[in-house]
Amino acid sequence: MQFKSRSFDAAEIAVEIKGLEVATADAAGVRPVLHGIDLRIRKGETVCLVGESGSGKSVTSLAVMQLLPASLSVAAGQINLQGQNLRALAPGQMRALRAARVAMIFQEPMTALNPVLRVGDQIAEVLAIHTALSASQRRRRVLSILEQVHLPDVERISRSYPHQLSGGQRQRIMIAMALVLEPVLLIADEPTTALDVTTQKQILSLIDELQQKYGTAVLFITHDMGVVAEIADTVHVMRHGQMVEHGAVRPLLSAPRQDYTRHLLAAVPSLAPRPARSASENIVLRVEGLSKSYGRTGDRRTYAVKDVGFTLSRGRTVGIVGESGSGKSTLARCIMRLIAPSAGQIDLMGTDIATLSPKAFRPHRRKLQVVFQDPMRSLNPRWTIGDCLVEGPVNYGSSRGDALKEAARMIEIVGLPRDALNRYPHMFSGGQRQRIAIARAVMMKPDVLIADEAVSALDVSVQAQVLQLFDDLQAELGLGILFITHDLRVAAQICDEVLVMKQGEAVEYGAAAKVLGAPEHAYTRALIEAAPGRGWDFRNFRPLPLRLQAGGADDQ
Amino acid sequence: MSGYMLRRALATLPVMTLVALFVFLLLRLSPGDPAAIIAGDMATPAQPEQIRELMGLNQPLYLQFFIWLGDLLRGDLGVSLISHTPVAGMIADRIGPTLSIALLTMLISVTVAIPMGILAAWRHRKLVDHLVMTFSVLGFSVPVFVTGYVFVLVFSLKLGWFPVQGFTPISAGLWSFLKTALLPALTLTTIYVALIARMTRANMLDVLGEDYIRTARAKGGSEMRVLFRHALKNAAVPILTVIGTGFALLIGGVVVTETVFNIPGIGRLTVDAILARDYPVIQAVILLTSFLYVLINLIIDLSYSLFDPRIRY
Repeated sequence: MQFKSRSFDAAEIAVEIKGLEVATADAAGVRPVLHGIDLRIRKGETVCLVGESGSGKSVTSLAVMQLLPASLSVAAGQINLQGQNLRALAPGQMRALRAARVAMIFQEPMTALNPVLRVGDQIAEVLAIHTALSASQRRRRVLSILEQVHLPDVERISRSYPHQLSGGQRQRIMIAMALVLEPVLLIADEPTTALDVTTQKQILSLIDELQQKYGTAVLFITHDMGVVAEIADTVHVMRHGQMVEHGAVRPLLSAPRQDYTRHLLAAVPSLAPRPARSASENIVLRVEGLSKSYGRTGDRRTYAVKDVGFTLSRGRTVGIVGESGSGKSTLARCIMRLIAPSAGQIDLMGTDIATLSPKAFRPHRRKLQVVFQDPMRSLNPRWTIGDCLVEGPVNYGSSRGDALKEAARMIEIVGLPRDALNRYPHMFSGGQRQRIAIARAVMMKPDVLIADEAVSALDVSVQAQVLQLFDDLQAELGLGILFITHDLRVAAQICDEVLVMKQGEAVEYGAAAKVLGAPEHAYTRALIEAAPGRGWDFRNFRPLPLRLQAGGADDQ
Repeated sequence: MSGYMLRRALATLPVMTLVALFVFLLLRLSPGDPAAIIAGDMATPAQPEQIRELMGLNQPLYLQFFIWLGDLLRGDLGVSLISHTPVAGMIADRIGPTLSIALLTMLISVTVAIPMGILAAWRHRKLVDHLVMTFSVLGFSVPVFVTGYVFVLVFSLKLGWFPVQGFTPISAGLWSFLKTALLPALTLTTIYVALIARMTRANMLDVLGEDYIRTARAKGGSEMRVLFRHALKNAAVPILTVIGTGFALLIGGVVVTETVFNIPGIGRLTVDAILARDYPVIQAVILLTSFLYVLINLIIDLSYSLFDPRIRY
């Protein structure tokens, strides 16, 4: 693992935050959100701000931009940009500074770009606001910066709308927009979290390249320790609005001083596959030659899923791994019969459900349950947890009383108190909601549980607990789990077999240890190589021994 | 795009044909003998027979429909049973006042309501927002005839700025037109300002919470730029829908306003025709308003893509 070991002691201080306090004021009174944050970034340096959701990372960055939501305000402290105290500036002066000297890029480039304006015009707008350039000069600058972020066919792209570009291209547009005026400080708030690993790798190296070119100070906010290991010079760990620990990246990852940092690092799932479990002969789901295509017949068909097959046994977990657009969610939807497959067999407990009519399929639906990525959106906000849990069993003929008894038992199994049944989804945290979603699925006593990116929206420490819950339930109930994820670390932790998908096709399928440990297909290798921080064993604070490194020993 | 426009325009034909069929059957399928209904209670036995002859009611139904449709396409909407003048001419006389007041109403409403809605959303939960919302509730809940009579009382009787009643067409000069049209338009405006301002506020509030608004601010854009360049265009589609349907409702005739201000418009023509069972006029009015509804809907649908490039045909 190659960490950055550059020294910036001689470099000019770009931004210095001293004793920053932010508070929220509402009907309940004034509550502090940040308790005295100190942070210093020198020119050319990358400072990573890490922490779990709610730790105050984004609040810190928005405070620097002075773009805090109306409910939050800076209560005390200083934010000095090259010696100039930003808190003393009038709103107009601060506006003049944004994008010109402090710029920001955000997590989700699709929503961060205005959907109804051409991307070229959105970049040109920065120039129109801050410079006196003529329209044709602005145009030239836009095309030049688009080339610097390595976008192809810049003329066409500058005339495109955001929805016509890919996620990676959109984030390049955001970066171009942020860097067009060569700001002193670039704040990047989880800029690669919504991107695929291979795209993430490209975006990280682009930020690195432009940082070196312009000597930009970068404040990089992330929850991903792998990314931290790849890009940070200095790391600051935040928790509950406080700075827990900070230091250069190598010492911090290899000898963390604080318990919380150790806890956070220990929760990072390892890329090394789990030890093999004994195989079971009791097959619950067998998929063969499954395809889903759209459009006309013959050559003009577009395949979302093409000829995919695997088998899932009781008590085992098969992982479907791939990047966005690889067809993994389409595959899951076909298996659940939420959409009709075009060809192939789906043998669920001895019945081919691929061609059953909706009515004939209904009795089988109970055997196949699903947990989605976003439990906030998959639980009805107007229903109590109890209503939500009993609905399925009642639909299948249970009495409400029996179902409620079972719900009370189940909610405790997933680690929530019994009175949770009377509450509503918004009263729970993300991790708790996902536990509820799992309880809802398991209430149906399924044979197969499909988890579609079920831990992707969770913080690593919560993620670890939810993965453990899946394991426990599996051991107790003998579930076959189909685990769909884009995250190879998660796949390594939970899967017995892994199926790698690319553009609708299964490029590799086999035991997790083999697929992740000694991949045969170039695409699998590329995926593993793109996984950030793969050479570091976070949990043990040391480099991963070469023989355990995912992707095999043929590199390095 | 032009291919889509053509297809959309052609798609209105079946709708219009169905409307025409309904309007045609309206008279033919009403209970009893239409000729007797038309002749009325005081008719001599010979009169229904005459009417039957006159309207071709003794022909087979499908033949009647095609004859009627042919007349329609030539602009012959029949003859009023009461005034015995061509219906087309009656409509032509009445559409002017209705259309010009509708346009004036929408013009004022949009100019006032959209900035009001934007301001309310921008100053969410502040004083301005509360004022706008209060006005919206009032504007919507006070009946039009009350607003109308209050306006007449204040502006016409007390201040003497406007005539109490009547209508002067725009051809007689803009100023004389405005003198008679402004009060009715303002009366209707109270409703439409309330409606459009609320719609604007709600949609702007949604949009102002979006990530790209934060991006626009992070670019150093002024609040005016954020509101008008970045937010409004994104909020436009639902607002446009309300404006369109609002306009269509206005053209359908606003009986109460026309009655209060004694304006010879479509609304009063309709009511008079219904009371007098003047079937040809009723048919013509239904056809006209349906046609305008379909047309306005078409225009709204096609204009969406001007505001949102993701809507592509």
